[in-house]
Amino acid sequence: MSSAREIAVIVGAGHAGAEVVAALRQNAYAGRIILIGDEAELPYRRPPLSKNYLSGEASRESLLIRSAAAYDKLEVECWIGTQVLAIDRVKKNILLSDGRIQAYTKLVLATGGRPRKLPDPAADKSNVHYIRTLADIDRLQSGFAKGKHLLVIGGGYIGLEAASVGIKNGLQVTVLEAAPRVLARVAAPEISAFYERAHRTRGVDVRTGISVQAFHGEQQVEAVQLSDGSELQVDLVIVGIGIVPNDELARSAGLEVNNGIVVDTFARTRDSDILAVGDCANHVNGFLTRLIRIESVPSAQEQGRTAAHSICGKDIPHVAVPWFWSDQFDLKLQMVGLSQGYDRLVLRGDLASESFSAFYLRNGIVLSVDAVNRPQDFMVAKRMVAERVQVDPQALADESISLKSLLPAA
Amino acid sequence: MAKVIFIESSNAEHCVEAEPGRTLMQIAVDNMVPGIYGECGGACSCATCHVYVDPEWQARLPARSSDEAFMLEGAQEPNEHSRLCCQVKMYEELDGLVLRIPLSQG
Repeated sequence: MSSAREIAVIVGAGHAGAEVVAALRQNAYAGRIILIGDEAELPYRRPPLSKNYLSGEASRESLLIRSAAAYDKLEVECWIGTQVLAIDRVKKNILLSDGRIQAYTKLVLATGGRPRKLPDPAADKSNVHYIRTLADIDRLQSGFAKGKHLLVIGGGYIGLEAASVGIKNGLQVTVLEAAPRVLARVAAPEISAFYERAHRTRGVDVRTGISVQAFHGEQQVEAVQLSDGSELQVDLVIVGIGIVPNDELARSAGLEVNNGIVVDTFARTRDSDILAVGDCANHVNGFLTRLIRIESVPSAQEQGRTAAHSICGKDIPHVAVPWFWSDQFDLKLQMVGLSQGYDRLVLRGDLASESFSAFYLRNGIVLSVDAVNRPQDFMVAKRMVAERVQVDPQALADESISLKSLLPAA
Repeated sequence: MAKVIFIESSNAEHCVEAEPGRTLMQIAVDNMVPGIYGECGGACSCATCHVYVDPEWQARLPARSSDEAFMLEGAQEPNEHSRLCCQVKMYEELDGLVLRIPLSQG
Protein backbone atom coordinates (compact mmCIF):
# COMPACT_ATOMS: atom_id res chain seq x y z
CA MET A 1 0.00 0.00 0.00
CA SER A 2 1.32 3.42 -0.88
CA SER A 3 1.39 6.19 1.70
CA ALA A 4 0.35 9.79 1.18
CA ARG A 5 3.94 10.84 1.83
CA GLU A 6 5.21 9.14 -1.32
CA ILE A 7 5.92 11.11 -4.47
CA ALA A 8 5.74 9.61 -7.94
CA VAL A 9 7.42 11.78 -10.55
CA ILE A 10 6.81 10.96 -14.19
CA VAL A 11 9.20 12.53 -16.67
CA GLY A 12 7.55 12.82 -20.05
CA ALA A 13 3.95 13.77 -20.75
CA GLY A 14 3.24 11.65 -23.81
CA HIS A 15 0.98 8.63 -24.15
CA ALA A 16 3.05 6.50 -21.76
CA GLY A 17 3.33 9.15 -19.05
CA ALA A 18 -0.36 10.00 -19.27
CA GLU A 19 -1.22 6.34 -18.79
CA VAL A 20 1.09 5.97 -15.79
CA VAL A 21 -0.60 8.77 -13.85
CA ALA A 22 -4.10 7.49 -14.58
CA ALA A 23 -3.22 3.90 -13.78
CA LEU A 24 -1.55 4.96 -10.51
CA ARG A 25 -4.78 6.53 -9.32
CA GLN A 26 -6.83 3.62 -10.62
CA ASN A 27 -4.66 1.41 -8.46
CA ALA A 28 -5.29 3.61 -5.43
CA TYR A 29 -1.87 5.23 -5.29
CA ALA A 30 -2.23 7.62 -2.36
CA GLY A 31 0.90 9.72 -2.83
CA ARG A 32 1.58 12.89 -4.73
CA ILE A 33 1.84 12.53 -8.52
CA ILE A 34 3.81 14.98 -10.65
CA LEU A 35 3.78 14.70 -14.43
CA ILE A 36 6.55 16.69 -16.12
CA GLY A 37 6.59 17.46 -19.84
CA ASP A 38 8.99 19.58 -21.86
CA GLU A 39 6.32 20.57 -24.41
CA ALA A 40 3.92 23.36 -23.51
CA GLU A 41 0.97 20.95 -23.80
CA LEU A 42 -1.00 18.57 -21.66
CA PRO A 43 -0.63 14.98 -22.88
CA TYR A 44 -2.08 14.65 -26.36
CA ARG A 45 -2.45 11.94 -28.98
CA ARG A 46 0.40 11.88 -31.45
CA PRO A 47 -0.95 9.52 -34.14
CA PRO A 48 -3.29 12.17 -35.66
CA LEU A 49 -0.30 14.49 -36.17
CA SER A 50 0.56 12.74 -39.43
CA LYS A 51 -3.09 12.05 -40.25
CA ASN A 52 -6.20 14.14 -39.62
CA TYR A 53 -4.47 16.88 -37.62
CA LEU A 54 -2.05 17.52 -40.48
CA SER A 55 -4.96 17.54 -42.93
CA GLY A 56 -6.72 20.16 -40.81
CA GLU A 57 -9.72 17.95 -39.99
CA ALA A 58 -9.02 17.37 -36.30
CA SER A 59 -8.98 20.23 -33.81
CA ARG A 60 -6.20 20.77 -31.31
CA GLU A 61 -8.57 20.15 -28.40
CA SER A 62 -9.65 16.80 -29.81
CA LEU A 63 -6.07 15.56 -29.46
CA LEU A 64 -5.96 15.94 -25.68
CA ILE A 65 -5.87 12.52 -24.02
CA ARG A 66 -7.65 13.96 -20.99
CA SER A 67 -9.06 17.38 -20.25
CA ALA A 68 -7.23 19.70 -17.85
CA ALA A 69 -10.09 19.22 -15.40
CA ALA A 70 -9.51 15.47 -15.42
CA TYR A 71 -5.97 15.91 -14.07
CA ASP A 72 -7.27 18.17 -11.30
CA LYS A 73 -9.79 15.53 -10.39
CA LEU A 74 -7.05 12.88 -10.38
CA GLU A 75 -4.93 15.19 -8.25
CA VAL A 76 -2.11 15.00 -10.74
CA GLU A 77 0.17 18.03 -10.96
CA CYS A 78 1.08 18.70 -14.56
CA TRP A 79 4.29 20.65 -14.90
CA ILE A 80 4.36 21.33 -18.59
CA GLY A 81 6.99 23.32 -20.44
CA THR A 82 9.52 22.00 -17.93
CA GLN A 83 12.65 20.01 -18.63
CA VAL A 84 14.42 17.61 -16.34
CA LEU A 85 18.15 18.13 -16.49
CA ALA A 86 19.54 15.52 -14.12
CA ILE A 87 18.71 12.73 -11.72
CA ASP A 88 20.46 12.35 -8.38
CA ARG A 89 19.87 8.70 -7.56
CA VAL A 90 21.55 8.90 -4.19
CA LYS A 91 19.48 11.82 -2.89
CA LYS A 92 16.49 10.65 -4.96
CA ASN A 93 15.73 13.95 -6.57
CA ILE A 94 15.71 15.59 -9.98
CA LEU A 95 16.96 18.94 -11.19
CA LEU A 96 14.55 20.98 -13.31
CA SER A 97 15.23 23.53 -16.03
CA ASP A 98 13.89 26.32 -13.80
CA GLY A 99 16.50 25.48 -11.19
CA ARG A 100 14.17 23.72 -8.79
CA ILE A 101 15.02 20.41 -7.21
CA GLN A 102 12.18 17.91 -6.75
CA ALA A 103 12.38 14.82 -4.57
CA TYR A 104 10.85 11.50 -5.67
CA THR A 105 9.99 8.18 -4.11
CA LYS A 106 9.49 6.58 -7.52
CA LEU A 107 10.65 8.04 -10.79
CA VAL A 108 9.20 6.97 -14.14
CA LEU A 109 11.09 7.91 -17.27
CA ALA A 110 8.64 8.28 -20.14
CA THR A 111 10.86 10.52 -22.20
CA GLY A 112 9.88 9.16 -25.60
CA GLY A 113 11.95 9.70 -28.68
CA ARG A 114 12.89 12.43 -31.09
CA PRO A 115 12.98 12.28 -34.88
CA ARG A 116 16.25 11.10 -36.36
CA LYS A 117 17.64 14.11 -38.19
CA LEU A 118 19.22 14.24 -41.59
CA PRO A 119 22.97 14.45 -41.03
CA ASP A 120 23.53 17.09 -43.75
CA PRO A 121 23.56 20.62 -42.21
CA ALA A 122 22.32 21.93 -45.58
CA ALA A 123 19.00 20.25 -44.72
CA ASP A 124 18.66 22.35 -41.58
CA LYS A 125 16.31 24.90 -43.17
CA SER A 126 12.96 26.43 -42.27
CA ASN A 127 11.00 24.40 -44.85
CA VAL A 128 12.43 21.05 -43.74
CA HIS A 129 10.12 19.41 -41.24
CA TYR A 130 9.89 16.46 -38.88
CA ILE A 131 6.69 15.05 -37.41
CA ARG A 132 6.68 14.36 -33.71
CA THR A 133 5.03 17.21 -31.83
CA LEU A 134 2.11 19.61 -32.19
CA ALA A 135 4.67 22.40 -32.58
CA ASP A 136 6.17 20.50 -35.54
CA ILE A 137 2.80 20.49 -37.31
CA ASP A 138 2.01 24.10 -36.43
CA ARG A 139 5.35 25.04 -37.96
CA LEU A 140 4.76 23.06 -41.11
CA GLN A 141 1.10 23.81 -41.73
CA SER A 142 1.52 27.26 -43.31
CA GLY A 143 3.63 25.81 -46.13
CA PHE A 144 1.43 22.74 -46.49
CA ALA A 145 -0.72 24.29 -49.19
CA LYS A 146 -2.43 23.28 -52.39
CA GLY A 147 -0.17 23.11 -55.44
CA LYS A 148 3.09 23.06 -53.45
CA HIS A 149 5.63 20.35 -54.14
CA LEU A 150 6.14 18.25 -51.04
CA LEU A 151 9.16 16.00 -50.85
CA VAL A 152 8.87 13.21 -48.31
CA ILE A 153 12.14 11.60 -47.29
CA GLY A 154 11.52 8.12 -45.91
CA GLY A 155 8.93 5.57 -46.97
CA GLY A 156 7.91 4.42 -43.51
CA TYR A 157 4.51 4.92 -41.91
CA ILE A 158 5.04 8.58 -41.01
CA GLY A 159 6.26 9.43 -44.51
CA LEU A 160 3.49 7.51 -46.27
CA GLU A 161 0.81 9.01 -44.03
CA ALA A 162 2.14 12.51 -44.68
CA ALA A 163 2.21 11.77 -48.41
CA SER A 164 -1.39 10.64 -48.33
CA VAL A 165 -2.49 13.80 -46.50
CA GLY A 166 -0.47 15.84 -48.98
CA ILE A 167 -2.40 14.39 -51.91
CA LYS A 168 -5.69 14.85 -50.07
CA ASN A 169 -4.85 18.53 -49.52
CA GLY A 170 -3.88 19.08 -53.16
CA LEU A 171 -0.11 19.07 -52.92
CA GLN A 172 2.17 17.48 -55.45
CA VAL A 173 4.00 14.70 -53.59
CA THR A 174 7.24 12.79 -54.12
CA VAL A 175 8.34 10.08 -51.69
CA LEU A 176 11.97 8.97 -51.61
CA GLU A 177 12.95 5.73 -49.93
CA ALA A 178 16.61 4.72 -49.76
CA ALA A 179 15.81 1.00 -49.39
CA PRO A 180 14.62 -0.96 -52.42
CA ARG A 181 11.03 -0.80 -51.15
CA VAL A 182 8.81 1.19 -48.79
CA LEU A 183 8.05 -0.24 -45.34
CA ALA A 184 11.07 -2.50 -45.82
CA ARG A 185 11.78 -2.81 -42.11
CA VAL A 186 8.30 -3.93 -41.13
CA ALA A 187 6.37 -5.49 -43.99
CA ALA A 188 6.64 -8.34 -46.49
CA PRO A 189 7.70 -7.42 -50.04
CA GLU A 190 4.13 -8.12 -51.20
CA ILE A 191 2.76 -5.53 -48.78
CA SER A 192 5.42 -2.99 -49.70
CA ALA A 193 4.52 -3.47 -53.37
CA PHE A 194 0.84 -3.04 -52.54
CA TYR A 195 1.48 0.27 -50.78
CA GLU A 196 3.77 1.55 -53.51
CA ARG A 197 1.08 0.81 -56.08
CA ALA A 198 -1.68 2.29 -53.93
CA HIS A 199 0.26 5.52 -53.53
CA ARG A 200 1.17 5.73 -57.20
CA THR A 201 -2.39 5.21 -58.41
CA ARG A 202 -3.46 8.03 -56.08
CA GLY A 203 -0.89 10.41 -57.49
CA VAL A 204 2.21 10.04 -55.32
CA ASP A 205 5.54 9.85 -57.14
CA VAL A 206 7.13 7.00 -55.15
CA ARG A 207 10.81 6.41 -55.81
CA THR A 208 12.72 3.64 -54.07
CA GLY A 209 16.41 2.76 -53.89
CA ILE A 210 17.22 6.43 -54.12
CA SER A 211 18.44 9.09 -51.72
CA VAL A 212 19.24 12.78 -51.55
CA GLN A 213 22.86 13.65 -52.32
CA ALA A 214 22.64 17.40 -51.80
CA PHE A 215 20.23 20.08 -50.61
CA HIS A 216 20.29 23.39 -52.51
CA GLY A 217 18.97 26.74 -51.36
CA GLU A 218 19.91 29.57 -49.03
CA GLN A 219 17.10 30.28 -46.54
CA GLN A 220 15.06 27.31 -47.66
CA VAL A 221 15.70 24.09 -49.50
CA GLU A 222 14.65 24.90 -53.07
CA ALA A 223 15.96 21.81 -54.85
CA VAL A 224 17.55 18.49 -54.07
CA GLN A 225 20.10 16.51 -55.98
CA LEU A 226 19.28 12.79 -56.05
CA SER A 227 21.61 9.80 -56.08
CA ASP A 228 20.64 8.99 -59.69
CA GLY A 229 21.94 12.40 -60.75
CA SER A 230 18.54 14.01 -61.27
CA GLU A 231 17.33 17.14 -59.53
CA LEU A 232 13.94 17.93 -57.96
CA GLN A 233 12.48 21.39 -57.24
CA VAL A 234 10.73 21.37 -53.86
CA ASP A 235 8.63 23.76 -51.75
CA LEU A 236 8.76 21.82 -48.54
CA VAL A 237 10.33 18.67 -47.17
CA ILE A 238 9.02 16.24 -44.55
CA VAL A 239 11.56 13.82 -43.13
CA GLY A 240 10.42 10.54 -41.59
CA ILE A 241 13.47 8.36 -41.08
CA GLY A 242 12.81 6.99 -37.63
CA ILE A 243 13.19 8.12 -34.08
CA VAL A 244 16.00 8.11 -31.55
CA PRO A 245 15.11 7.19 -27.95
CA ASN A 246 15.54 9.97 -25.40
CA ASP A 247 17.73 7.98 -23.02
CA GLU A 248 20.40 10.57 -22.18
CA LEU A 249 18.93 11.47 -18.79
CA ALA A 250 19.07 7.81 -17.77
CA ARG A 251 22.55 7.38 -19.20
CA SER A 252 23.91 10.35 -17.24
CA ALA A 253 22.38 8.90 -14.12
CA GLY A 254 24.38 5.72 -14.65
CA LEU A 255 21.41 3.55 -15.60
CA GLU A 256 21.85 0.84 -18.22
CA VAL A 257 21.14 2.20 -21.68
CA ASN A 258 21.26 0.27 -24.93
CA ASN A 259 18.98 1.49 -27.71
CA GLY A 260 16.80 2.95 -24.98
CA ILE A 261 16.60 2.58 -21.22
CA VAL A 262 16.90 -1.08 -20.32
CA VAL A 263 14.09 -2.32 -18.06
CA ASP A 264 12.71 -5.66 -16.96
CA THR A 265 9.26 -7.07 -17.55
CA PHE A 266 7.93 -4.95 -14.67
CA ALA A 267 9.27 -1.75 -16.27
CA ARG A 268 12.02 -1.39 -13.65
CA THR A 269 15.59 -0.39 -14.27
CA ARG A 270 18.26 -1.91 -12.03
CA ASP A 271 17.50 0.94 -9.66
CA SER A 272 14.17 -0.36 -8.41
CA ASP A 273 12.93 3.18 -7.70
CA ILE A 274 13.37 4.20 -11.33
CA LEU A 275 11.18 2.80 -14.08
CA ALA A 276 10.97 3.47 -17.80
CA VAL A 277 8.09 3.11 -20.24
CA GLY A 278 7.16 3.80 -23.84
CA ASP A 279 9.30 4.69 -26.85
CA CYS A 280 12.37 5.31 -24.68
CA ALA A 281 12.27 1.90 -22.99
CA ASN A 282 14.13 -1.16 -24.22
CA HIS A 283 11.93 -3.47 -22.22
CA VAL A 284 11.39 -7.17 -21.69
CA ASN A 285 8.17 -8.11 -23.39
CA GLY A 286 6.95 -11.35 -21.80
CA PHE A 287 5.02 -12.38 -24.91
CA LEU A 288 8.04 -12.00 -27.18
CA THR A 289 10.33 -13.16 -24.32
CA ARG A 290 13.06 -10.72 -25.21
CA LEU A 291 14.28 -7.17 -24.86
CA ILE A 292 12.68 -4.89 -27.41
CA ARG A 293 12.02 -1.22 -27.97
CA ILE A 294 8.65 -0.67 -29.61
CA GLU A 295 7.35 2.59 -31.06
CA SER A 296 3.64 2.11 -30.59
CA VAL A 297 0.93 3.91 -28.69
CA PRO A 298 -0.83 0.76 -27.38
CA SER A 299 2.50 -0.63 -26.23
CA ALA A 300 3.35 2.65 -24.48
CA GLN A 301 0.02 2.53 -22.68
CA GLU A 302 0.43 -1.11 -21.67
CA GLN A 303 3.90 -0.37 -20.33
CA GLY A 304 2.46 2.61 -18.46
CA ARG A 305 -0.03 0.34 -16.73
CA THR A 306 2.74 -2.17 -15.96
CA ALA A 307 4.83 0.56 -14.30
CA ALA A 308 1.86 1.79 -12.26
CA HIS A 309 1.20 -1.75 -11.04
CA SER A 310 4.85 -2.17 -10.08
CA ILE A 311 4.81 1.10 -8.12
CA CYS A 312 1.65 0.03 -6.34
CA GLY A 313 3.26 -3.24 -5.30
CA LYS A 314 1.23 -5.48 -7.61
CA ASP A 315 3.87 -6.82 -9.96
CA ILE A 316 2.22 -7.94 -13.19
CA PRO A 317 4.59 -8.78 -16.05
CA HIS A 318 4.22 -6.95 -19.34
CA VAL A 319 3.07 -9.57 -21.84
CA ALA A 320 1.12 -7.49 -24.33
CA VAL A 321 1.15 -8.40 -28.01
CA PRO A 322 2.35 -5.34 -29.92
CA TRP A 323 -0.04 -3.87 -32.42
CA PHE A 324 -0.03 -0.84 -34.68
CA TRP A 325 -2.22 0.99 -37.12
CA SER A 326 -1.76 3.34 -40.04
CA ASP A 327 -4.35 5.27 -42.01
CA GLN A 328 -3.37 6.25 -45.55
CA PHE A 329 -5.97 7.51 -48.03
CA ASP A 330 -8.97 5.21 -47.65
CA LEU A 331 -6.72 2.34 -46.56
CA LYS A 332 -7.14 1.30 -42.96
CA LEU A 333 -4.12 -0.77 -42.01
CA GLN A 334 -4.09 -2.64 -38.71
CA MET A 335 -1.12 -4.76 -37.72
CA VAL A 336 -0.56 -7.17 -34.88
CA GLY A 337 2.56 -9.06 -33.83
CA LEU A 338 6.07 -8.83 -35.25
CA SER A 339 6.80 -10.57 -38.52
CA GLN A 340 10.57 -11.10 -38.12
CA GLY A 341 11.48 -14.69 -38.91
CA TYR A 342 8.34 -15.60 -40.85
CA ASP A 343 8.70 -18.37 -43.43
CA ARG A 344 5.41 -18.06 -45.24
CA LEU A 345 2.99 -15.31 -46.17
CA VAL A 346 -0.66 -16.21 -46.69
CA LEU A 347 -3.06 -13.73 -48.25
CA ARG A 348 -6.74 -13.78 -47.46
CA GLY A 349 -8.63 -11.65 -49.93
CA ASP A 350 -7.52 -9.96 -53.07
CA LEU A 351 -4.77 -7.32 -53.17
CA ALA A 352 -6.47 -5.64 -56.12
CA SER A 353 -9.69 -5.17 -54.15
CA GLU A 354 -7.70 -3.28 -51.49
CA SER A 355 -9.35 -5.34 -48.80
CA PHE A 356 -7.22 -8.25 -47.61
CA SER A 357 -5.25 -9.65 -44.71
CA ALA A 358 -1.68 -10.90 -44.86
CA PHE A 359 -0.75 -13.61 -42.36
CA TYR A 360 2.93 -14.08 -41.52
CA LEU A 361 3.51 -17.68 -40.44
CA ARG A 362 6.45 -19.55 -38.99
CA ASN A 363 6.10 -23.32 -38.90
CA GLY A 364 2.39 -22.82 -39.46
CA ILE A 365 2.01 -20.56 -36.40
CA VAL A 366 0.63 -17.06 -36.89
CA LEU A 367 3.39 -14.59 -35.96
CA SER A 368 1.77 -11.43 -37.20
CA VAL A 369 -0.97 -10.09 -39.43
CA ASP A 370 -1.40 -6.98 -41.56
CA ALA A 371 -5.08 -6.29 -42.24
CA VAL A 372 -5.95 -3.74 -44.92
CA ASN A 373 -9.57 -2.58 -44.78
CA ARG A 374 -10.36 -5.79 -42.89
CA PRO A 375 -11.22 -4.77 -39.34
CA GLN A 376 -13.27 -7.93 -38.96
CA ASP A 377 -10.17 -10.06 -39.68
CA PHE A 378 -7.98 -7.93 -37.47
CA MET A 379 -9.88 -8.60 -34.29
CA VAL A 380 -9.60 -12.36 -34.86
CA ALA A 381 -5.99 -11.98 -35.96
CA LYS A 382 -5.13 -10.36 -32.62
CA ARG A 383 -6.31 -13.49 -30.86
CA MET A 384 -4.50 -15.78 -33.31
CA VAL A 385 -1.21 -14.03 -32.64
CA ALA A 386 -1.72 -13.81 -28.88
CA GLU A 387 -2.64 -17.50 -28.65
CA ARG A 388 0.08 -18.58 -31.12
CA VAL A 389 -2.49 -20.42 -33.14
CA GLN A 390 -1.33 -23.02 -35.65
CA VAL A 391 -3.40 -22.79 -38.82
CA ASP A 392 -3.83 -24.60 -42.07
CA PRO A 393 -2.58 -22.12 -44.69
CA GLN A 394 -5.15 -23.34 -47.23
CA ALA A 395 -8.01 -22.72 -44.82
CA LEU A 396 -6.59 -19.31 -43.96
CA ALA A 397 -6.62 -18.26 -47.61
CA ASP A 398 -10.11 -19.66 -48.19
CA GLU A 399 -12.65 -16.93 -47.61
CA SER A 400 -15.52 -19.39 -47.56
CA ILE A 401 -14.13 -20.57 -44.20
CA SER A 402 -14.74 -18.13 -41.37
CA LEU A 403 -11.62 -16.87 -39.66
CA LYS A 404 -13.14 -17.29 -36.22
CA SER A 405 -13.65 -21.00 -36.93
CA LEU A 406 -9.85 -21.34 -37.18
CA LEU A 407 -9.41 -20.29 -33.56
CA PRO A 408 -9.14 -23.18 -31.12
CA ALA A 409 -12.42 -23.86 -29.36
CA ALA A 410 -12.60 -21.88 -26.13
CA MET B 1 -24.29 18.77 -16.83
CA ALA B 2 -25.55 15.63 -18.54
CA LYS B 3 -24.52 12.33 -17.03
CA VAL B 4 -23.61 8.93 -18.45
CA ILE B 5 -23.57 5.78 -16.36
CA PHE B 6 -20.94 3.12 -17.06
CA ILE B 7 -21.51 -0.21 -15.33
CA GLU B 8 -18.64 -2.67 -14.93
CA SER B 9 -19.22 -6.42 -15.26
CA SER B 10 -18.93 -6.54 -11.45
CA ASN B 11 -21.94 -4.14 -11.40
CA ALA B 12 -19.81 -1.30 -10.06
CA GLU B 13 -21.37 1.91 -11.37
CA HIS B 14 -19.62 5.03 -12.57
CA CYS B 15 -21.97 7.97 -13.02
CA VAL B 16 -19.89 10.60 -14.76
CA GLU B 17 -20.35 14.10 -16.14
CA ALA B 18 -20.57 14.00 -19.90
CA GLU B 19 -19.67 17.08 -21.87
CA PRO B 20 -21.65 17.28 -25.12
CA GLY B 21 -19.46 17.01 -28.21
CA ARG B 22 -16.92 14.67 -26.62
CA THR B 23 -17.10 11.00 -27.51
CA LEU B 24 -18.30 8.52 -24.93
CA MET B 25 -14.81 7.00 -25.01
CA GLN B 26 -13.18 10.35 -24.18
CA ILE B 27 -15.69 10.84 -21.39
CA ALA B 28 -14.84 7.42 -19.96
CA VAL B 29 -11.10 8.07 -20.22
CA ASP B 30 -11.45 11.53 -18.64
CA ASN B 31 -13.25 9.92 -15.75
CA MET B 32 -11.00 6.90 -15.35
CA VAL B 33 -13.76 4.41 -16.01
CA PRO B 34 -12.00 1.03 -15.69
CA GLY B 35 -12.04 -1.20 -18.78
CA ILE B 36 -12.42 1.59 -21.33
CA TYR B 37 -8.92 2.06 -22.70
CA GLY B 38 -9.45 3.76 -26.06
CA GLU B 39 -5.96 2.71 -27.13
CA CYS B 40 -6.27 3.94 -30.71
CA GLY B 41 -7.65 7.28 -29.57
CA GLY B 42 -10.88 6.97 -31.48
CA ALA B 43 -9.59 5.76 -34.86
CA CYS B 44 -11.94 2.76 -34.70
CA SER B 45 -8.93 0.47 -34.76
CA CYS B 46 -8.76 -1.34 -31.44
CA ALA B 47 -12.17 -2.11 -29.91
CA THR B 48 -10.84 -1.40 -26.40
CA CYS B 49 -13.87 0.81 -25.74
CA HIS B 50 -16.54 -1.83 -26.42
CA VAL B 51 -19.76 -1.35 -24.42
CA TYR B 52 -23.29 -2.72 -24.40
CA VAL B 53 -25.89 0.02 -24.70
CA ASP B 54 -28.89 -0.41 -22.47
CA PRO B 55 -31.68 -1.51 -24.86
CA GLU B 56 -33.96 1.44 -24.06
CA TRP B 57 -31.28 3.84 -25.26
CA GLN B 58 -30.22 2.02 -28.35
CA ALA B 59 -32.57 3.71 -30.83
CA ARG B 60 -31.36 7.14 -29.77
CA LEU B 61 -27.78 6.49 -30.81
CA PRO B 62 -26.59 7.09 -34.37
CA ALA B 63 -26.18 3.95 -36.46
CA ARG B 64 -22.89 2.05 -36.61
CA SER B 65 -20.55 2.70 -39.51
CA SER B 66 -19.41 -0.35 -41.45
CA ASP B 67 -15.94 -0.13 -39.85
CA GLU B 68 -17.45 -0.13 -36.41
CA ALA B 69 -19.73 -3.04 -37.26
CA PHE B 70 -16.77 -5.03 -38.61
CA MET B 71 -14.63 -4.29 -35.56
CA LEU B 72 -17.46 -5.40 -33.31
CA GLU B 73 -17.93 -8.57 -35.31
CA GLY B 74 -14.44 -9.64 -34.25
CA ALA B 75 -14.65 -8.30 -30.68
CA GLN B 76 -15.04 -10.57 -27.67
CA GLU B 77 -18.69 -11.39 -26.87
CA PRO B 78 -20.41 -8.91 -29.18
CA ASN B 79 -24.20 -8.72 -29.23
CA GLU B 80 -26.86 -6.58 -30.86
CA HIS B 81 -26.37 -3.90 -28.18
CA SER B 82 -22.62 -3.59 -28.78
CA ARG B 83 -21.04 -0.25 -29.65
CA LEU B 84 -17.55 1.18 -29.75
CA CYS B 85 -18.02 4.20 -27.57
CA CYS B 86 -15.34 6.19 -29.43
CA GLN B 87 -17.77 6.33 -32.33
CA VAL B 88 -20.61 7.98 -30.42
CA LYS B 89 -20.57 11.66 -29.51
CA MET B 90 -22.37 12.86 -26.43
CA TYR B 91 -25.36 15.19 -26.80
CA GLU B 92 -27.76 16.60 -24.20
CA GLU B 93 -30.57 14.17 -24.99
CA LEU B 94 -28.33 11.26 -23.99
CA ASP B 95 -28.44 12.47 -20.36
CA GLY B 96 -28.77 9.34 -18.24
CA LEU B 97 -27.43 6.95 -20.88
CA VAL B 98 -26.49 3.55 -19.45
CA LEU B 99 -23.52 1.61 -20.88
CA ARG B 100 -22.29 -1.76 -19.68
CA ILE B 101 -18.66 -2.83 -19.94
CA PRO B 102 -17.99 -6.38 -21.18
CA LEU B 103 -16.51 -8.95 -18.82
CA SER B 104 -13.48 -9.33 -21.10
CA GLN B 105 -12.53 -5.70 -20.44
CA GLY B 106 -12.37 -6.34 -16.72
